[in-house]
Amino acid sequence: MKRWPSVTLFTVTLFVLWLLLNNTLAPGQLLLGLVLTVAAALATAAIRPLRARPHHLPVAIRLFFVVLLDIARSNIAVADVILGPAKRRFNSGFMKIPIDLRDPYGLAALACIITSTPGTVWAGLTPDGSTLTIHVLDLQDEETWVRTIKDRYEHPLIEIFE
Amino acid sequence: MTLVDIPFWADLLASLLLVLGSILALIGSSGLLRLPDLFARLHGPTMGNTLGLGCVLLASIVIASVAADRLVFQELLIALFVVATSPVTAMLLMRAGIYRRRADGDKKAMPRPEENA
Repeated sequence: MKRWPSVTLFTVTLFVLWLLLNNTLAPGQLLLGLVLTVAAALATAAIRPLRARPHHLPVAIRLFFVVLLDIARSNIAVADVILGPAKRRFNSGFMKIPIDLRDPYGLAALACIITSTPGTVWAGLTPDGSTLTIHVLDLQDEETWVRTIKDRYEHPLIEIFE
Repeated sequence: MTLVDIPFWADLLASLLLVLGSILALIGSSGLLRLPDLFARLHGPTMGNTLGLGCVLLASIVIASVAADRLVFQELLIALFVVATSPVTAMLLMRAGIYRRRADGDKKAMPRPEENA
Protein backbone atom coordinates (compact mmCIF):
# COMPACT_ATOMS: atom_id res chain seq x y z
CA MET A 1 0.00 0.00 0.00
CA LYS A 2 2.93 2.28 0.70
CA ARG A 3 3.97 2.32 -2.94
CA TRP A 4 0.49 2.79 -4.30
CA PRO A 5 0.61 6.53 -5.22
CA SER A 6 3.77 6.07 -7.27
CA VAL A 7 2.28 3.10 -9.09
CA THR A 8 -0.82 5.15 -9.82
CA LEU A 9 0.99 8.14 -11.29
CA PHE A 10 3.34 5.91 -13.27
CA THR A 11 0.42 3.84 -14.51
CA VAL A 12 -1.57 6.87 -15.60
CA THR A 13 1.43 8.22 -17.51
CA LEU A 14 2.06 4.88 -19.22
CA PHE A 15 -1.64 4.54 -20.03
CA VAL A 16 -1.76 7.96 -21.71
CA LEU A 17 1.44 7.11 -23.62
CA TRP A 18 -0.14 3.88 -24.81
CA LEU A 19 -3.28 5.61 -26.05
CA LEU A 20 -1.24 8.31 -27.77
CA LEU A 21 0.99 5.72 -29.43
CA ASN A 22 -2.05 3.92 -30.78
CA ASN A 23 -3.83 7.19 -31.50
CA THR A 24 -7.18 5.74 -30.45
CA LEU A 25 -9.86 5.64 -27.77
CA ALA A 26 -11.31 2.31 -28.90
CA PRO A 27 -12.60 0.18 -25.98
CA GLY A 28 -10.37 -2.75 -26.90
CA GLN A 29 -7.24 -0.60 -26.79
CA LEU A 30 -8.39 1.02 -23.54
CA LEU A 31 -8.68 -2.41 -21.92
CA LEU A 32 -5.42 -3.71 -23.39
CA GLY A 33 -3.61 -0.53 -22.36
CA LEU A 34 -4.98 -0.75 -18.84
CA VAL A 35 -3.89 -4.37 -18.40
CA LEU A 36 -0.45 -3.72 -19.93
CA THR A 37 0.30 -0.57 -17.94
CA VAL A 38 -0.80 -2.03 -14.61
CA ALA A 39 1.31 -5.12 -15.31
CA ALA A 40 4.30 -2.97 -16.31
CA ALA A 41 3.94 -0.77 -13.23
CA LEU A 42 3.76 -3.77 -10.89
CA ALA A 43 6.62 -5.57 -12.64
CA THR A 44 8.97 -2.59 -12.47
CA ALA A 45 8.00 -1.42 -8.97
CA ALA A 46 11.06 -3.18 -7.52
CA ILE A 47 13.53 -1.29 -9.71
CA ARG A 48 11.98 2.08 -8.92
CA PRO A 49 12.66 2.26 -5.20
CA LEU A 50 12.25 6.03 -4.93
CA ARG A 51 8.81 7.52 -5.09
CA ALA A 52 8.36 10.72 -7.01
CA ARG A 53 5.88 12.94 -5.25
CA PRO A 54 5.24 15.85 -7.56
CA HIS A 55 2.70 18.37 -6.39
CA HIS A 56 1.67 21.93 -7.29
CA LEU A 57 0.37 21.22 -10.77
CA PRO A 58 -0.05 24.96 -11.61
CA VAL A 59 3.64 25.53 -10.86
CA ALA A 60 4.54 22.62 -13.13
CA ILE A 61 2.38 23.94 -15.96
CA ARG A 62 3.86 27.39 -15.57
CA LEU A 63 7.39 25.91 -15.59
CA PHE A 64 6.55 24.02 -18.78
CA PHE A 65 5.68 27.23 -20.61
CA VAL A 66 8.66 29.10 -19.15
CA VAL A 67 10.93 26.35 -20.48
CA LEU A 68 9.18 26.38 -23.86
CA LEU A 69 9.69 30.11 -24.14
CA ASP A 70 13.33 29.87 -23.03
CA ILE A 71 14.03 27.10 -25.56
CA ALA A 72 12.67 29.29 -28.35
CA ARG A 73 14.64 32.31 -27.15
CA SER A 74 17.92 30.49 -26.68
CA ASN A 75 17.54 28.88 -30.11
CA ILE A 76 17.65 32.38 -31.54
CA ALA A 77 20.54 33.33 -29.26
CA VAL A 78 22.59 30.27 -30.27
CA ALA A 79 21.84 30.85 -33.98
CA ASP A 80 23.06 34.39 -33.46
CA VAL A 81 26.31 33.17 -31.90
CA ILE A 82 26.93 30.55 -34.60
CA LEU A 83 26.33 32.99 -37.44
CA GLY A 84 28.00 35.87 -35.64
CA PRO A 85 31.61 37.07 -35.66
CA ALA A 86 34.42 34.77 -34.54
CA LYS A 87 34.95 36.70 -31.33
CA ARG A 88 31.58 35.64 -29.95
CA ARG A 89 32.07 32.02 -30.95
CA PHE A 90 35.17 31.66 -28.77
CA ASN A 91 33.37 32.75 -25.65
CA SER A 92 32.26 29.41 -24.25
CA GLY A 93 33.31 27.94 -20.94
CA PHE A 94 32.40 26.08 -17.78
CA MET A 95 30.77 27.70 -14.81
CA LYS A 96 29.60 26.54 -11.40
CA ILE A 97 26.22 26.99 -9.80
CA PRO A 98 25.35 26.26 -6.17
CA ILE A 99 22.38 23.91 -6.08
CA ASP A 100 19.78 23.49 -3.32
CA LEU A 101 17.62 20.95 -5.13
CA ARG A 102 18.20 17.42 -3.78
CA ASP A 103 15.31 15.32 -5.06
CA PRO A 104 16.67 12.94 -7.76
CA TYR A 105 13.58 13.34 -9.94
CA GLY A 106 13.85 17.10 -9.65
CA LEU A 107 17.52 16.95 -10.60
CA ALA A 108 16.70 14.73 -13.58
CA ALA A 109 14.11 17.27 -14.69
CA LEU A 110 16.64 20.08 -14.23
CA ALA A 111 19.18 18.15 -16.32
CA CYS A 112 16.63 17.72 -19.11
CA ILE A 113 15.74 21.41 -18.98
CA ILE A 114 19.33 22.65 -18.98
CA THR A 115 20.47 20.30 -21.71
CA SER A 116 17.39 20.84 -23.86
CA THR A 117 17.94 24.56 -23.79
CA PRO A 118 20.45 25.39 -26.52
CA GLY A 119 23.46 27.21 -25.18
CA THR A 120 23.76 25.32 -21.91
CA VAL A 121 24.77 21.71 -21.28
CA TRP A 122 24.88 19.92 -17.95
CA ALA A 123 28.51 18.96 -17.25
CA GLY A 124 28.34 17.36 -13.83
CA LEU A 125 27.24 17.50 -10.24
CA THR A 126 29.66 17.26 -7.33
CA PRO A 127 29.25 14.02 -5.33
CA ASP A 128 27.71 15.88 -2.39
CA GLY A 129 25.17 17.44 -4.75
CA SER A 130 25.95 21.01 -3.74
CA THR A 131 27.54 22.36 -6.91
CA LEU A 132 26.46 21.97 -10.50
CA THR A 133 28.87 22.51 -13.37
CA ILE A 134 27.40 23.57 -16.68
CA HIS A 135 28.97 24.49 -19.98
CA VAL A 136 27.71 27.72 -21.50
CA LEU A 137 28.18 28.71 -25.13
CA ASP A 138 27.97 32.45 -24.60
CA LEU A 139 29.64 32.97 -21.24
CA GLN A 140 29.55 36.69 -20.65
CA ASP A 141 27.78 37.28 -17.41
CA GLU A 142 27.95 34.37 -14.97
CA GLU A 143 25.78 36.14 -12.42
CA THR A 144 22.89 36.34 -14.90
CA TRP A 145 23.16 32.64 -15.74
CA VAL A 146 23.16 31.66 -12.07
CA ARG A 147 20.09 33.78 -11.43
CA THR A 148 18.31 32.49 -14.54
CA ILE A 149 18.79 28.86 -13.62
CA LYS A 150 18.03 29.28 -9.93
CA ASP A 151 14.98 31.52 -10.27
CA ARG A 152 13.43 30.21 -13.44
CA TYR A 153 14.07 26.46 -13.07
CA GLU A 154 15.39 25.42 -9.69
CA HIS A 155 12.90 27.17 -7.43
CA PRO A 156 9.83 25.83 -9.26
CA LEU A 157 11.36 22.34 -9.28
CA ILE A 158 11.97 22.53 -5.53
CA GLU A 159 8.33 23.52 -5.10
CA ILE A 160 7.16 20.66 -7.28
CA PHE A 161 9.34 17.83 -6.00
CA GLU A 162 10.24 18.66 -2.39
CA MET B 1 -6.95 10.61 -46.95
CA THR B 2 -5.21 11.78 -50.10
CA LEU B 3 -2.90 14.75 -50.36
CA VAL B 4 -5.32 16.42 -52.78
CA ASP B 5 -7.81 16.98 -49.96
CA ILE B 6 -5.49 19.20 -48.00
CA PRO B 7 -6.48 22.87 -48.28
CA PHE B 8 -4.03 25.50 -49.41
CA TRP B 9 -3.64 27.20 -46.04
CA ALA B 10 -2.60 23.95 -44.34
CA ASP B 11 -0.14 23.20 -47.12
CA LEU B 12 1.34 26.65 -46.85
CA LEU B 13 1.55 26.59 -43.05
CA ALA B 14 3.13 23.14 -42.97
CA SER B 15 5.62 24.05 -45.69
CA LEU B 16 6.65 27.21 -43.87
CA LEU B 17 7.11 25.25 -40.65
CA LEU B 18 9.15 22.57 -42.43
CA VAL B 19 11.41 25.16 -44.06
CA LEU B 20 11.83 27.04 -40.79
CA GLY B 21 12.65 23.83 -38.91
CA SER B 22 15.13 22.78 -41.57
CA ILE B 23 16.84 26.17 -41.50
CA LEU B 24 17.16 25.97 -37.71
CA ALA B 25 18.63 22.46 -37.94
CA LEU B 26 21.00 23.62 -40.68
CA ILE B 27 22.21 26.59 -38.63
CA GLY B 28 22.66 24.30 -35.63
CA SER B 29 24.60 21.76 -37.67
CA SER B 30 26.79 24.47 -39.19
CA GLY B 31 27.80 25.16 -35.59
CA LEU B 32 29.76 21.91 -35.80
CA LEU B 33 31.97 23.59 -38.41
CA ARG B 34 32.07 27.07 -37.00
CA LEU B 35 32.50 26.48 -33.28
CA PRO B 36 36.00 25.94 -31.92
CA ASP B 37 35.97 22.84 -29.69
CA LEU B 38 34.00 19.77 -28.64
CA PHE B 39 32.23 21.49 -25.76
CA ALA B 40 31.04 24.44 -27.81
CA ARG B 41 30.03 22.13 -30.66
CA LEU B 42 27.67 20.26 -28.34
CA HIS B 43 25.43 23.32 -28.31
CA GLY B 44 24.79 23.57 -32.05
CA PRO B 45 22.83 20.38 -32.79
CA THR B 46 20.60 21.07 -29.78
CA MET B 47 18.84 23.61 -31.98
CA GLY B 48 17.73 20.92 -34.41
CA ASN B 49 16.66 18.84 -31.42
CA THR B 50 14.40 21.49 -29.95
CA LEU B 51 12.92 24.27 -32.06
CA GLY B 52 13.85 22.57 -35.34
CA LEU B 53 12.15 19.37 -34.26
CA GLY B 54 9.24 21.38 -32.84
CA CYS B 55 8.59 23.06 -36.20
CA VAL B 56 8.69 19.76 -38.09
CA LEU B 57 6.34 18.13 -35.57
CA LEU B 58 3.94 21.08 -35.77
CA ALA B 59 3.88 20.71 -39.54
CA SER B 60 3.13 17.01 -39.11
CA ILE B 61 0.34 17.79 -36.62
CA VAL B 62 -1.23 20.32 -39.00
CA ILE B 63 -1.23 17.96 -42.00
CA ALA B 64 -2.31 14.88 -40.03
CA SER B 65 -5.12 16.78 -38.27
CA VAL B 66 -6.46 18.29 -41.47
CA ALA B 67 -6.24 14.97 -43.31
CA ALA B 68 -7.93 13.03 -40.51
CA ASP B 69 -10.45 15.80 -39.86
CA ARG B 70 -9.75 15.75 -36.12
CA LEU B 71 -6.93 16.80 -33.80
CA VAL B 72 -3.97 14.42 -34.06
CA PHE B 73 -1.29 15.12 -31.51
CA GLN B 74 0.61 11.88 -31.03
CA GLU B 75 3.64 13.76 -32.43
CA LEU B 76 3.98 15.12 -28.92
CA LEU B 77 5.36 11.71 -28.00
CA ILE B 78 8.36 12.25 -30.27
CA ALA B 79 9.12 15.53 -28.52
CA LEU B 80 8.73 13.85 -25.14
CA PHE B 81 11.08 10.98 -25.99
CA VAL B 82 13.69 13.27 -27.53
CA VAL B 83 13.64 15.64 -24.55
CA ALA B 84 13.88 12.71 -22.14
CA THR B 85 16.74 10.92 -23.93
CA SER B 86 18.95 13.51 -25.62
CA PRO B 87 20.41 14.83 -22.32
CA VAL B 88 21.85 11.37 -21.73
CA THR B 89 23.99 11.45 -24.85
CA ALA B 90 24.85 15.11 -24.38
CA MET B 91 26.05 14.41 -20.84
CA LEU B 92 28.01 11.32 -21.87
CA LEU B 93 29.78 13.31 -24.61
CA MET B 94 30.43 16.13 -22.15
CA ARG B 95 31.88 13.79 -19.50
CA ALA B 96 33.96 11.95 -22.12
CA GLY B 97 35.35 15.27 -23.33
CA ILE B 98 36.19 16.38 -19.80
CA TYR B 99 37.99 13.12 -19.01
CA ARG B 100 39.91 13.20 -22.27
CA ARG B 101 41.08 16.74 -21.65
CA ARG B 102 42.13 15.72 -18.18
CA ALA B 103 44.01 12.70 -19.55
CA ASP B 104 45.71 14.89 -22.14
CA GLY B 105 46.85 17.22 -19.41
CA ASP B 106 45.25 20.18 -21.13
CA LYS B 107 43.89 22.24 -18.27
CA LYS B 108 42.27 24.88 -20.45
CA ALA B 109 38.91 23.18 -20.77
CA MET B 110 38.66 22.11 -17.15
CA PRO B 111 36.45 24.02 -14.77
CA ARG B 112 38.96 25.45 -12.37
CA PRO B 113 38.26 27.52 -9.28
CA GLU B 114 40.20 30.59 -10.41
CA GLU B 115 38.24 30.73 -13.67
CA ASN B 116 35.04 30.92 -11.73
CA ALA B 117 36.11 33.42 -9.14
